[in-house]
Amino acid sequence: MEIGLGTYLALAAVLFGIGALGFLTRRNMLLQLMSIEIMLNSVNLTLVAFNRWNPASHDGQVFAFFVIAVAAAEAAVGLAILISLFRLKKSVESDRADLLRH
Amino acid sequence: MSTSGELLFLICGFAATIAAVLTVTMRNPLRSAIALLVHVISLAGLYLTLHAHLLAAIQLIVYAGAIVVLFVFVIMLIGPGAMEHRSDTRGWVMKTIGGGLIVLFAGAITFSVGEATAPDVAIPTCDGSDPTCREFGSVEAVSSAIYQQAAVPFELVSMLLLVAIIAAIGTARGRTAAQKDEADPVEARRMALRPFASDPTAPSLNPAKISTVVGQGPLHPLEGGSEPEDHEHE
Repeated sequence: MEIGLGTYLALAAVLFGIGALGFLTRRNMLLQLMSIEIMLNSVNLTLVAFNRWNPASHDGQVFAFFVIAVAAAEAAVGLAILISLFRLKKSVESDRADLLRH
Repeated sequence: MSTSGELLFLICGFAATIAAVLTVTMRNPLRSAIALLVHVISLAGLYLTLHAHLLAAIQLIVYAGAIVVLFVFVIMLIGPGAMEHRSDTRGWVMKTIGGGLIVLFAGAITFSVGEATAPDVAIPTCDGSDPTCREFGSVEAVSSAIYQQAAVPFELVSMLLLVAIIAAIGTARGRTAAQKDEADPVEARRMALRPFASDPTAPSLNPAKISTVVGQGPLHPLEGGSEPEDHEHE
């Protein structure tokens, strides 16, 4: 079996699909945030894999570094919103956040 | 790619996929968090096969050491409420349609790029003759790339993290503490120390309720007054 660029891209596509599936099928906001992290990780994998086949520069790894930094900030704010929602509704279901619906 | 690299890719790829599936299917959020931890560690191993050594270390430190721990902390903070007792997934019709579409999407991408071949590029190595030579993916190479080509975005990331910290504090503090802030700053600080200020049944850190010392006024939690731990005159 020849492991090349396509193998990494295929693995990243499968991981992104798993993350998207989790985000769309779970109602628990914690699980949705974890699914977002899985999707960001899979995109990071594509960036690093493309950088491996263009080793003249480090652009892909630098980009992945910034994605990791933004993901950390996003997780912190998302979990703060989750705690706020839990205080208001005593639940972590994203469907319970329906103030704008009524 | 060497044989050991292929072996590491296979192990880490299967582990990452299985852990991701477990993350989105587990009913207990704490088990999902542990599966996410396995997932990010496997991705660090995949970065190692791609000669991205600094990124593998950053992945371990930031994801496994900060983000997953933050998830676990929040799960333990909100306690049993994180666990949904009724069915917390969507209806089976939506699940089937969405799942089928996503499997089709991922399968199409997989079969289209899985056969994609790039010419095998050799990683340039340093033989020690050139002092300015940097190993691909090493700390020196990646950090010099960041500081030479992306210095301004790097500084903006520090601003972003500061804004995120302030926003997280302000959001998680809640409205009740903010309203108290205008009337009584001391009480507001006390509310901020309480995890669920709006819940009267929650255990509180109010020193008037937990202080068992006879003859002393209630201690403010921020004043750092150490209560005598044992009374020997009993």
